[in-house]
Amino acid sequence: MGWTGQVMRVNLTEGTCTPEALNMEWAGEYLGQRGLASKYLCEEMDPRIDPLSPDNMMIFATGPLTGTCASTGGRFSVITKGALTGAIACSNSGGYWGAELKFAGWDMIILEGKASSPVYLCIIDDKVELLDASDIWGKSVWDTDAWIKTRHQDPQMHISAIGIAGENGVLYAGIVNDLHRAAGRSGVGAVMGSKNLKAIAVRGTGGVKVDDFLAFMTATTAAKKVLAGNAVTGEGLPTYGTQVLMNIINESGALPTRNNRDVQFEDVHDISAEAMAAPSGKDGKPNLQTNQACFSCTIACGRISKVNEEHYTVQNKPEYWHASGGLEYEAAWALGAAVGVKDLDALTYANFICNEQGIDPISFGSTLAAAMEMYEDGVITDKETGGLALEFGSAQALTTAVELTGKAEGFGKELGMGSKRLCDKYGRPELSMTVKGQEFPAYDPRGIQGMGLGYATANRGGCHLRSYTVASEILGIPEKTDPLVTDGKPGLVKAFQDATAAVDSSGLCIFTTFAWTMEDIAPQIDADLPGDWSVDRLLEVGERIWNLERQFNLQAGFTAKDDTLPKRLLNDAAKTGPAKGLVAGLDKMLPEYYELRGWTKEGVPTSETLSRLAL
Amino acid sequence: MQMALVIDPGKCTGCKQCELACSYVKEGEFNPAKSRIRVFDFHQDARFVPYTCTQCDDAWCQKACPVDAITTNEWGVKEVHDDLCVGCKVCTIACPFGTINFNASTGKVMKCDECGGDPACVKACPTEAIVYMDVEQAGFDKMRAWAAKTDAAAGTATAH
Repeated sequence: MGWTGQVMRVNLTEGTCTPEALNMEWAGEYLGQRGLASKYLCEEMDPRIDPLSPDNMMIFATGPLTGTCASTGGRFSVITKGALTGAIACSNSGGYWGAELKFAGWDMIILEGKASSPVYLCIIDDKVELLDASDIWGKSVWDTDAWIKTRHQDPQMHISAIGIAGENGVLYAGIVNDLHRAAGRSGVGAVMGSKNLKAIAVRGTGGVKVDDFLAFMTATTAAKKVLAGNAVTGEGLPTYGTQVLMNIINESGALPTRNNRDVQFEDVHDISAEAMAAPSGKDGKPNLQTNQACFSCTIACGRISKVNEEHYTVQNKPEYWHASGGLEYEAAWALGAAVGVKDLDALTYANFICNEQGIDPISFGSTLAAAMEMYEDGVITDKETGGLALEFGSAQALTTAVELTGKAEGFGKELGMGSKRLCDKYGRPELSMTVKGQEFPAYDPRGIQGMGLGYATANRGGCHLRSYTVASEILGIPEKTDPLVTDGKPGLVKAFQDATAAVDSSGLCIFTTFAWTMEDIAPQIDADLPGDWSVDRLLEVGERIWNLERQFNLQAGFTAKDDTLPKRLLNDAAKTGPAKGLVAGLDKMLPEYYELRGWTKEGVPTSETLSRLAL
Repeated sequence: MQMALVIDPGKCTGCKQCELACSYVKEGEFNPAKSRIRVFDFHQDARFVPYTCTQCDDAWCQKACPVDAITTNEWGVKEVHDDLCVGCKVCTIACPFGTINFNASTGKVMKCDECGGDPACVKACPTEAIVYMDVEQAGFDKMRAWAAKTDAAAGTATAH
């Protein structure tokens, strides 16, 4: 089966690493990764604890398909109480690290407590130890990666690390693995930094087996054919990456621009996939160098880019002249349209810094956008910014701000608080484009109504990856719905949320679901694991996970009042595009959503719902 | 007819499906560390390069083997016979390319044997970065691509 059956429990306070058996009963109820680790968290930790205290737990969890040849079967998630939100956090990443952990013989790493001085966890197959990280504390993700590989004389290691942002308590610091793949959201990197844990280095030489190899090869081969033959996963994503969306979302009137004041960006073409592929720079080569796959992925949507060597950001910094992780759609939006900047090289450089220092570009860009609006309003002045002119459209402001944020220097220290705390501090809470304290990304709910309900109810705070109804409302997957209406959206959102929770618990990438339905996914899991894994069982597991996460948040102090959107989206109509004149119709959807979920009017799961889901 | 694995790094995305397919066929599990083909990530140059045995005609591994455990089959492929291999590793030193390696769990060396004429890596590659073809035609497409770049007006075949 796809599990090694082994979990490593690391107590950072005591400095101990103790193996234990994976709880297979829970794995049967919660599948793996997001669901299973959330179960561990809920069973073992009081949801009311301070996320930055040693009481917070942190789990790096693989899914049952991680490390197999199922397409995209290389994912892992980091589950903890989010530093940014205080809600349950689950940040999912690709690259090669998750599969390597499985090959080393571990399904999950559970981290407790806080180390007395900086350490990194070194996992070489069954040898697991905490080692001194004082020489790399203060170094970037990229330097840490190189240092650890050199120290252990093993270039085949895979490393997950925080940069200086996580060390400095930037509340939306992420954890970056394989140099530019990230468990980016909700401040999981800040939690890691608070534990004095710099990195987890892994090298595995073991293998992963599945329950029924013949059935598994048949199911995974058929599913790969579906991906290859689909217009989005077979052509759009490999060619354009997620940036395939930039022009589409702008035309839909749903591209949040200048802190959601506008829903269309006039310079969208300069930050689009087409711009990335156009010749630029003195060598005439494009920003986009090539595409890259994560482990086992037959889609290969990753962007590998270069900054033009003559660009002001890098002209005297040859250390940034190499290729590295380029702009995905959310990052291009956050570092572009959200702040009104159209300089593609500046965006690419800012994205490099986010990867190098472990910063979530979505939260950073949205926070900077709020700061820019307050600067324009005169609430924030040159006195606070240290002379940095935070003007919408200023590439200089973007690239300086991202550097300062990682270092927590000057105004960067304020930007590192995130949009909610920043706007509260300056008395303009309505300007924070957040839900439950987390900045939501690149889809304005006035133009894509389902996303409004999705943001408002996402258990990790404002997020597009919990119910990506863009697929249905814009792309027509699995069937087209009208993005401008609220009718039918509560059911759509619930269906996406439950299915996504199951996929996020499997080891697969959610991008497969542009082509795959649960009918394609279930046979792969069924052949991987003992027992019967039907579509119905997976959807029930997904719903169980959703309610478990909800329970955690309710116990942590969230209420139905937190299932809301910024006033700007609820009261101010979109000014242009197809959604002109529309606000986000959350009030028309939320009561029906609660009812469909089997929750009370106060958004609390009823006892019938809990017992139906065996919670 | 001799066949060859022809690799085009320009098409490789670094997904490692070839490593997974190889280790499944050879080891009965998904285990890239035991794959006979490996993908190398030259990240800063935006290049991914699959690499494996080229099946040398005059094979140094074969010559170095003191117990004649490496033989040539009818397709010119060099095969390791586990029943003869004593795990001395001399072949791993002799190979200029590093594509024959010791497997500590079996005590034998392992290398690509083209899966008896039906290579699993080729079937698994989603981008045709690895193809299996008549070895005498292996350079044809590359030759044709360069031919297309010749300057007909100048009457030369100089690439420019």
